Amino acid sequence: MAFMPVKFDLPKRVKLAQGLWLLYWISMMVGILIFSLGIFFKIELRKRSEMMDNNESHFVPNLLILMGMVACGVNAFGGKVTHDSLDPTKFPKWKPMLKPYLTFCCGFNILLLITALLCFLMQFALYLTLADGLKNGIKFYKDTDTPGRCFMKRTLDMTQIEFRCCGNNNYRDWFEVQWISNRYLDMSNVEVRDRVMSNVEGKYLMDSVPFSCCNPGSPRPCIQHHLTNNSAHYDYDHRIEELNIWTRGCREALVAYYGGLMNSIGGLILLTIILESVDMAGLKYLTTSLESMSDPENPECESEGWLLEKGVKETMSDLFAKLKTMGKTNQVEEGAQAAT
Amino acid sequence: MAVGKVTFTKAERDKLAQVLWLLNWISVVTGVILFSLGLFLKVEIQKRREVMSDQDILYVPHMLITTGLVACCINFLGGKICYDSVDTTKFLRWKLVILPYIVCTFFFTFCVLVGALTCYSIRNQLEESLFLGLRNAMRYYKDTDMAGRCFLKRSMDLLQIQFQCCGNGGYRDWFHIQWISNRYLDMTSSTVVDRLRSNVKGKYLMDGVPFSCCSTFSPRPCIQLQVTNNSAHFNYNHQTEQLNLWRRGCHQALLDHYTGIMQSIGLIVLVIWLFELLVLTGVRYLQTAMENVLLLGDPDSESDGWILENSLAETARSNFNIIKNLGKCYQVDDDPNINIPTATEREVPSRQVQIPVAS
Repeated sequence: MAFMPVKFDLPKRVKLAQGLWLLYWISMMVGILIFSLGIFFKIELRKRSEMMDNNESHFVPNLLILMGMVACGVNAFGGKVTHDSLDPTKFPKWKPMLKPYLTFCCGFNILLLITALLCFLMQFALYLTLADGLKNGIKFYKDTDTPGRCFMKRTLDMTQIEFRCCGNNNYRDWFEVQWISNRYLDMSNVEVRDRVMSNVEGKYLMDSVPFSCCNPGSPRPCIQHHLTNNSAHYDYDHRIEELNIWTRGCREALVAYYGGLMNSIGGLILLTIILESVDMAGLKYLTTSLESMSDPENPECESEGWLLEKGVKETMSDLFAKLKTMGKTNQVEEGAQAAT
Repeated sequence: MAVGKVTFTKAERDKLAQVLWLLNWISVVTGVILFSLGLFLKVEIQKRREVMSDQDILYVPHMLITTGLVACCINFLGGKICYDSVDTTKFLRWKLVILPYIVCTFFFTFCVLVGALTCYSIRNQLEESLFLGLRNAMRYYKDTDMAGRCFLKRSMDLLQIQFQCCGNGGYRDWFHIQWISNRYLDMTSSTVVDRLRSNVKGKYLMDGVPFSCCSTFSPRPCIQLQVTNNSAHFNYNHQTEQLNLWRRGCHQALLDHYTGIMQSIGLIVLVIWLFELLVLTGVRYLQTAMENVLLLGDPDSESDGWILENSLAETARSNFNIIKNLGKCYQVDDDPNINIPTATEREVPSRQVQIPVAS
């Protein structure tokens, strides 16, 4: 008893073949889209690799690029087979390749599912990488004369401006770090010396933030120094002032950005899995309806197409038995060798 | 003596019709490109409308948009005509339409050319508009509590950050205006009152710039207040310090930005114009060849195609005569059916003339 049989006559077969060919073209476009999204994701990670301590994992974008290319190839092959399927002279050469092709498509779908899962799970790894990277970024902000770190100031400023954020968790992270280099501090000044000596590590700490934390939407000119000192500025209360500097932390902002990107890509891959499954089902119906034609010389005869030759349970038990015999042949051979 | 005469066989005519059909469809695509270029330019100008004093330069994108739409329609019709030209019977449908179509398209290509040239000539108007717009934006920077101007601060800050510029001509423009609102100035403080009294107009002027002028390339934290006072900051000389603030003025930055966009658009429109001219020439050849075939009577015979039937001078003269005659039909002509009062028939009150009778 075939699984989900459908009767086909010639116009229905032709329609199925045409629809399937179009579907394979669309799937190829989607494959190209996944490939380019993988490249885009890789570039985005590279752009901010300094914020991630240069040790972010490029595994997921590389996997996406590979999956995109394989999807293109698989769908191009499927499209070619569908194109030739209605021509009785060309179709026989593709017949022997169909079974391994469909098995490969199954495996490819499982790989796509794993990729989608990785996309969703990578956000946690990214969260941890960003936490570390931003902390170091803030620490090395002042080291514009140290080779290897001289662009950290610029990168962090641009990130804070672009993502509208300040500091790691919030703007107070800047209070715990010396972000003005000693080159620009007048060590002969009494106030500077007092401040440097006022803490254990000898750092010049102050309740100020860099200019890139300033919010352009604030109605008053930006207050970046003496933030917690209400009397230092006219008509200013730091507890109720919300528009002066960005209140969001950069880790939250970056995770939200990358998280959104990865969720979209994961969603697209799930759609691709559904599309590929539909393609596979269509191809199976088309090939079985062509093979089960009672009179191969007469293209107008009716035929039946199905998804599985036997029912689901029987097919699974057949598959199981085959796997068991594959294992058993090895045992028998060993036994035979041991006997000789 | 025809201009550009070429003889076409039946096969060549068919090939010409097919090629022109394809080219017309490509021209529809270029029409869409023209439309989207106009739309893009309009969006770019609207994005920065707050720093432009007058929006008159919007006529350039509007012209591009209309030209693009008209190009789509004209080339769609042209494609249809060329598709039907393969068959002489179908061509008869278009016989009356095709010559006016070619004349209209010829004048339309002038519009495309004018569109391309305006893109290059807009610079002066843009310069003036940007100068005034930026001056006003800086003047009203502090008025974040006044309706209609409350977002100027934000726009100006984002502009300076994005285009990496400061002020109108340079950062010193900020020294001549009060960019801190009186709401945030402590009028009881003696320093503030002194500064207000130190100039004629009672403005709070200082040698400071907003934070958006700060350069991200600077190795030291940004110095935005007391910019010209070397002693206010350690190890600082404002004359040699190049990286602290953005040195370019926003006027120059915006002008370069818009001129770049318009020059690229102008170049693309020129290429589209040349392509349209090429397609028009092909359609003219096809039209003359098909008409000659119809005159000869045999659809499979060879026929001539040309651009102009007579030489340029004769065609110009005959067109001139046509236009003159068009004007003449409103004047009197020698039609005997019209009753023209002549001098003999005019009723003149005659004087009684005494003729001496000879006896």
